[in-house]
Amino acid sequence: MLQAAAFYIFSAIAVFSALMVVFAKNPVRAVLFLILAFFSAAGLFILLGAEFLAMILVIVYVGAVAVLFLFVVMMLDIDFAELKAGFAENAIVGGAVASVLALVLVLSGFIWVDANSAQANLAAPTPEGVSNVAALGALIYDRYVLFFQLAGLVLLVAMIGAIVLTLRHRDGVKRQDMHKQVNRKREDSVEIVDVEPGEGIG
Amino acid sequence: MDALLLEYLPILIFLGIATVLGLAFMVAAFVLAPSDPDPEKVSTYECGFNAFDDARLKFDVRFYLVAILFIIFDLEVAFLFPWIFPIFEGNIFAFWSMAVFLAVLTVGFLYEWRKGALDWE
Amino acid sequence: MFTAIANWWGSLPAELTWSLATIGQIMAFVVPLLLSLAFLLLMDRKVWAAVQMRKGPNTVGAFGLLQSFADFIKFVVKEIVVPAGADRPLFLLAPLLTFVFAFITWAVVPVAPGWVISDINVGILYIFAISSLGVYGIIIGGWASNSKYPFLGSLRSAAQMVSYEVSIGFILVTVLLMAGTMNLSALVEAQGGGFWNWHVLSLDMLPWPTFLITIPMFVIFFISALAETNRPPFDLPEAESELVAGYQVEYSSTPYLLFMIGEYLNIVLMCALMTVLFFGGWHAPFDFAPFTWVPPVFWFAIKVVFFFFMFAMVKALVPRYRYDQLMRLGWKIFLPTSLAAVFVMGAIVVYTRNAALGG
Repeated sequence: MLQAAAFYIFSAIAVFSALMVVFAKNPVRAVLFLILAFFSAAGLFILLGAEFLAMILVIVYVGAVAVLFLFVVMMLDIDFAELKAGFAENAIVGGAVASVLALVLVLSGFIWVDANSAQANLAAPTPEGVSNVAALGALIYDRYVLFFQLAGLVLLVAMIGAIVLTLRHRDGVKRQDMHKQVNRKREDSVEIVDVEPGEGIG
Repeated sequence: MDALLLEYLPILIFLGIATVLGLAFMVAAFVLAPSDPDPEKVSTYECGFNAFDDARLKFDVRFYLVAILFIIFDLEVAFLFPWIFPIFEGNIFAFWSMAVFLAVLTVGFLYEWRKGALDWE
Repeated sequence: MFTAIANWWGSLPAELTWSLATIGQIMAFVVPLLLSLAFLLLMDRKVWAAVQMRKGPNTVGAFGLLQSFADFIKFVVKEIVVPAGADRPLFLLAPLLTFVFAFITWAVVPVAPGWVISDINVGILYIFAISSLGVYGIIIGGWASNSKYPFLGSLRSAAQMVSYEVSIGFILVTVLLMAGTMNLSALVEAQGGGFWNWHVLSLDMLPWPTFLITIPMFVIFFISALAETNRPPFDLPEAESELVAGYQVEYSSTPYLLFMIGEYLNIVLMCALMTVLFFGGWHAPFDFAPFTWVPPVFWFAIKVVFFFFMFAMVKALVPRYRYDQLMRLGWKIFLPTSLAAVFVMGAIVVYTRNAALGG
């Protein structure tokens, strides 16, 4: 009972906030609704018993990706009139894409049929006597090692890509060079001069 | 399964209690405190000047770079968490599999370092 | 009398009694937490005062003991000023978010055997997840104010918090490797038997001198915790001399109070985490007579208060960092060091466990 109630509440919040992501006028609010959608998705994962996925969804998507989104959105100069002006000319193409997506969703909801063996082959998120994370840990690094290493390579590409795309060095910036600072000797910078009275340093 | 969910239910209740408590604090101030805004009081703080322009300005692209690098390392940490279980069971293959993964990402890290992406200007 | 109450209680539906008991438990946790926070705040101020040869708050109550309560009343009767250009709902949402997130992290912290609101399997992940959300209150607050200082402060703060979160993640993994669990109660349980078994020393791992890893990791965790909670010497987001008060400039009254409580709850949470991860949680330093008479919750509290004292001393003694130095420390020193620690600790654990379990 309670489980069902929680499912419907989380789903309702997820659907509502997903709609608000699209309809919100202010882009920052749209991102915040996106975060709410992530949260309710995490709640749904927990209802399925997938604790690890739920936590990772919050850590990675809400804690990291959405921060980046907020950074991007916060500095956009949004001109609402300009945004609305483009609506009419893009409406046909946009509507076509949207209706294809809607068709796919409807088809997968009503026409899709599971094979008879599918239910039996589904892995339980929490096997007997093992916690969800431990069960995942037993598989990722061992049986699915290839996918795991591929994920590492994807991350490497992302890292290099991010640097190539965004790194710009500014000129004329003074940097602290720890090595130089520590290795500076007294003799290099201080000179002791014996000055005769009344003569000054020539 | 149900036992697992029962462990999470108190968190949900706690969330509710915390929200109510926070709202209660705010409502208390709205009710108890005076509310007497005037244009000078509600103008933004700018060390005595009137604000010249919108505060939401463009900022350095470096903040994005930091955020992107953070996402990547956060994912690395995410992969490390389930790793503790096979390690604790003495699975040596899992250890070396992670070692290769970390080595690949360390290459990326060294690239960043050499390129100066970690220097703040 | 008592049996009558017990009978009446038993006659209620099980769901109702369970919910009431849970709410009671939560309140029994929240109220002492808030009260101790009031005194910790006072302690913070007293410590700085003592370092600067001042008396600190000393008027309200004996030795100023009731100062925080007086402050609370004052906050509640002050006007809430919302700046003209601000996004009003988000402006008020931001402190609420900080407060709520700081609060619910405590749901999984075990203060004594069995004294925990929610004993989930992935307690560490939960803390890591929720504490990574603390940044939202700050970003939203800074943005919604529509004022320059808050905006700059919130940007700095966001970049700073994410930079140190990665090394905190690695350190968590290092500690978890030794216990092989993510449940916080089990993690504390694994450190029983005496202070030499606490993870910071971990002499039970001998002949491997793992304390050579865990002691530096503890130091890094402590410093990262300072950065994560925007405490001095890493308080650049609210550096008084340049950003006035950072993201909090436009806040007054209880919204400011909520930010403040949230910030201090996070600081105490970090102290509690150090206790649980490195210093044996509720365990007494020795597992025999006079020490075991003291209730476990007292040991937990005394360790937390000690770390809080360290936080206060650092604030009083250390000058503020510069932003480029802060980034350098996080990315170029802490991150590689803690990553190397994960690797070495993993190697030690996997080979000793492999030998112990017979391959």
